[in-house]
Amino acid sequence: MSDRHASEHYPGPMHQPPVHREGVHHAEVVHHPRLQHHFDDMAEQAEASTLGMWVFLVTEIMFFGGLFMCYLVYRTASPEGFAEASHHLNVVWGAVNTIVLIVSSLTMALAVRAAQTSAPPKTQVFWIAATMVLGAAFLGVKAIEYADKFTHHLVPGPNFVWEGKHPAAAEMFYSLYFCMTGLHALHMIIGLGIMTVIGIMAWRRQFDADYYTPVEVSGLYWHFVDIVWIFLFPLLYLIGGHVVD
Amino acid sequence: MSAGHVAPKSLYYMVFGALVVGTILTVLAAKVDMGPLNNIVMLTIACTKATLVILFFMHVRWSSRLTWVVAMSGFFWLLILFSLGMADYMSRGWMQGTLR
Repeated sequence: MSDRHASEHYPGPMHQPPVHREGVHHAEVVHHPRLQHHFDDMAEQAEASTLGMWVFLVTEIMFFGGLFMCYLVYRTASPEGFAEASHHLNVVWGAVNTIVLIVSSLTMALAVRAAQTSAPPKTQVFWIAATMVLGAAFLGVKAIEYADKFTHHLVPGPNFVWEGKHPAAAEMFYSLYFCMTGLHALHMIIGLGIMTVIGIMAWRRQFDADYYTPVEVSGLYWHFVDIVWIFLFPLLYLIGGHVVD
Repeated sequence: MSAGHVAPKSLYYMVFGALVVGTILTVLAAKVDMGPLNNIVMLTIACTKATLVILFFMHVRWSSRLTWVVAMSGFFWLLILFSLGMADYMSRGWMQGTLR
């Protein structure tokens, strides 16, 4: 009975008074210009963006995962053939590129940190530019390697020539090599495009401790691409290390 | 009202150092013939490096539980893909003669 009595005075969901939080006086609240109306505050907005980026990265894991599955199947079918084919990849270039990408991940983390700590635009742009230079260096090394494969007839297709014992497995290995590193390189190129936009935004003083989500989310993408290479390098370059010609 | 956790620069430099050491280790380990152990060593180092990047560079160490679960779900599904996929290929004899 008392419940019913109370409900007579309840004006209904459309007329709820504004929620008053502890220490927050609504008349004084000035919304951050970047806050979208459907979020309560900047922290909730940043959390939603980060989570959304992670959901996208999960789809990326599955995207690359299909190629890793293909690698697993064919390597299991011919482990000796894959080792023989891997032996002809240049471990030095692969290792150099691994280090280049790790340094670029460090500069990316420092770029996010610069935005997080409201560092001057010059500092933010410096770290973003450093990341881009390293990303471009990676692609440059990749271009040298690809050119080398073309001159040595290691590109799968009618001109593929293999002198070793396992030509079919070697051709499959190089098909996977070009698919996996090619998809990875495409992600690097897209990453460079994203970094260009982020760099311009940083130069225009768009990021500070209150709002740096675009840098953070782009950083997540960049680090993900680094992680893919962390697995590609040993699986492609290092499985023929102990094979003697 | 800065939302995220700001990690000290020294931590980033330490993670970077560990990643470089991991890269050198994996190159050196590949030169030693350990049979099937080569793959295990190589993948253990790669997984450790990936975990360092995810936890510190990608801030998952300081992210919400929900972000943590979503991030892990991707790798969990990858494991399902590999284990069930390989179970199929191995048990049906689809491997034999694939690459001569």
